[in-house]
Amino acid sequence: MKSGSGIERLFERGRFVVTGEIGPPMSSDHAPVRENARFLKGYADAFNLTDNQTAIVRMSSLASSVICMEEGVEPIMQMTCRDRNRIAMQSDLLGASALGVRNLLCISGDHQVFGNQPESKNVYDLDSIQQLMVFSRMRDEAKVWGEAELVEGPKVFLGAAANPFADPFEFRVTRLAKKVKAGADFIQTQAIFDMARFERWMAEVRSRGLDQEVHIMAGLVPLKSVGAARYMKNKVSGMIVPDEIIARMKAAENPKEEGLSICVEQIEHLLTMEGIHGVHIMPVAWERKLPEIVERAGLLPRPTP
Amino acid sequence: MIIGEQKPFKEIVRNLEGHETILVAGCRSCVAICLAGGEKEVGVLAESLRIHSDLNDLGWEVGEATVERQCEKEWVRELAPLVEEVDCVLSMACGVGAQIVQEMFPDTRVIPGLNTSNMGAPEEQGIWSEKCGGCGDCVLHLTGGICPMARCAKNLLNGPCGGSQDGMCEIDPETPCAWDQIFQSLKRLGRLDLMEENIPPKDWTPSRNGGPRTIVKSSAVLTEKEKRAREGLD
Repeated sequence: MKSGSGIERLFERGRFVVTGEIGPPMSSDHAPVRENARFLKGYADAFNLTDNQTAIVRMSSLASSVICMEEGVEPIMQMTCRDRNRIAMQSDLLGASALGVRNLLCISGDHQVFGNQPESKNVYDLDSIQQLMVFSRMRDEAKVWGEAELVEGPKVFLGAAANPFADPFEFRVTRLAKKVKAGADFIQTQAIFDMARFERWMAEVRSRGLDQEVHIMAGLVPLKSVGAARYMKNKVSGMIVPDEIIARMKAAENPKEEGLSICVEQIEHLLTMEGIHGVHIMPVAWERKLPEIVERAGLLPRPTP
Repeated sequence: MIIGEQKPFKEIVRNLEGHETILVAGCRSCVAICLAGGEKEVGVLAESLRIHSDLNDLGWEVGEATVERQCEKEWVRELAPLVEEVDCVLSMACGVGAQIVQEMFPDTRVIPGLNTSNMGAPEEQGIWSEKCGGCGDCVLHLTGGICPMARCAKNLLNGPCGGSQDGMCEIDPETPCAWDQIFQSLKRLGRLDLMEENIPPKDWTPSRNGGPRTIVKSSAVLTEKEKRAREGLD
C-alpha cells in the first residue's frame, strides 16, 4: 500500500470505485462542507475537494478535506499548480498527509482569467506532470525535490486528470502515459459526453497497456438543462458535447430527469468497458443529485474499504 | 526585438505634472520598428504635448531628439547638451533605454512614455507577438522551435493542458495554444518522440528569480589599462 487510502484499498481489491465532488464554499463557515459531507456520505467512496475551481477564491481544499474527514468522508484533495511554487506544494503535501489526507489530485488548474482574481500572477513553477514527479519521489524515496531527505515521506495516493476531449487528440494518450510515468496512481477524466471519442481514446490507452498501470476513472457531469449542455459545448474549452445529446435534452419533457437518465446510461455503459476502474461523478451545482444517480446505476451500497 | 506601446496620452500628461521643460527622447531600434517610440512617434507626441500645453496654458517647452539606441551609453551620450536644458526627459525607448538615460543623467528626472511589454517579433504590419520568455535556459530544441515559457499562458513544459481546443488556448479564442503549435511542429519534423519525454522541474536560477542577471564574457572585458587607452587617458 502506498497510502492506505480507502480508494487505494478498493482498487487493490478490484472494486469499481465511485468518487464525487464537493465544492468548497466562498465562505469561512465550515457548515456547508460539513452538511454536504453528511448528506453524501456512503454514496461514493471518496470526494474531490476542488482547489479554487475556475480560479474563484474559496475555502482551501486542505481545510475542506479535513472537515470532510471529521464527518467520516474520505477526501481527494485537489492541488493546482497555478497558485503555489514547489516550496508551498511540498509543504502543503506534508501538512495534508500529517492531517490524514491520503488522496491528492495533481492538476494544472484553470487559468486565473476565468475567476474573480483576473489581475493575479499565476505561479506554474511546476506543471502537473512535474508535480507528480516531485510528489511520488517524496512518497517513495522520502526526499524533497533535490536531494534533501525527509524524516518521513507523505502517505498519499496520487491522482491526475486526463482530458480525452482536448486537442491535439493524438497527444492525449501520450499525455496520460507521461502522467503514469511521472507517478500517477489513478486518473479522473474530463466529463464524457462524446462517448465515441472516449472509446477511441480508451482503445489507444489499452493498446499501450496503460490501463494496467493506472486506475482510470471516467468523469461524468449530469446535465441539468439544454442550456447547461450548450454552455459546456460552446463556452468550456476542452469539452465536447455532441449534437445528439443537445437534441435529446432539447426534446425532453423533463430535462432534469433526462439529464440524470443520460448519466445513468453512461455509467451502465462504462461498467462494461475494459480498463475502466471507476467513475467520477461531478454534479456541478447539483451536488445533492449524486445519491439518486448512484442508486439508479446500481452502484449501492458502496463497499467498506 | 523588444516590443512596447505608448502609454495613454492622459497618463503621460499626468506623469509630466510639475515639469516645464521636457525632452521627448526616442530610439531608432526596436521601439521604432513596433511604431511606439521612433522618430516619427516622438514628433507626433511632442507636438501633441505642445498643443496640450497651449490649450491648458501650461507654458511647457517641449524638445525632441531620437538616438540610434537608447540602451547603449555611446549613443545616449549624444543627448547630453539637450538634457542640460530640460528638467525632465520623457523616454520613448523601452524600459532598458529609459534606465540608461537615467543612469547617464542622474540629476534629471526620466519619465517613461512607453509600457515595455515583451521580447517578440512583428507578425504582420501593425501586429507584434511575444516569442521569448528570457528564462535563461532555452528549450527550443525540445519544443519544435516554439517557446512554451513565453507562449503558453501557464508556461507548461510537458504538453498542452486540458484547455487546448482546435489549436486555441483556453484563455481566449484568439490566442493560439503554444503546445498545439509545438506538437504540430514536432510532427512535421518527425520528432514526436520528444513529446513523450517528461521534462523535470525547471531550474529557475538562470531566470529572474535570482535578481538582475549579468552576463560576463571575460574575453571581451577590457582591462583597466585598455579602458584608459580607449578613453585616451594613456
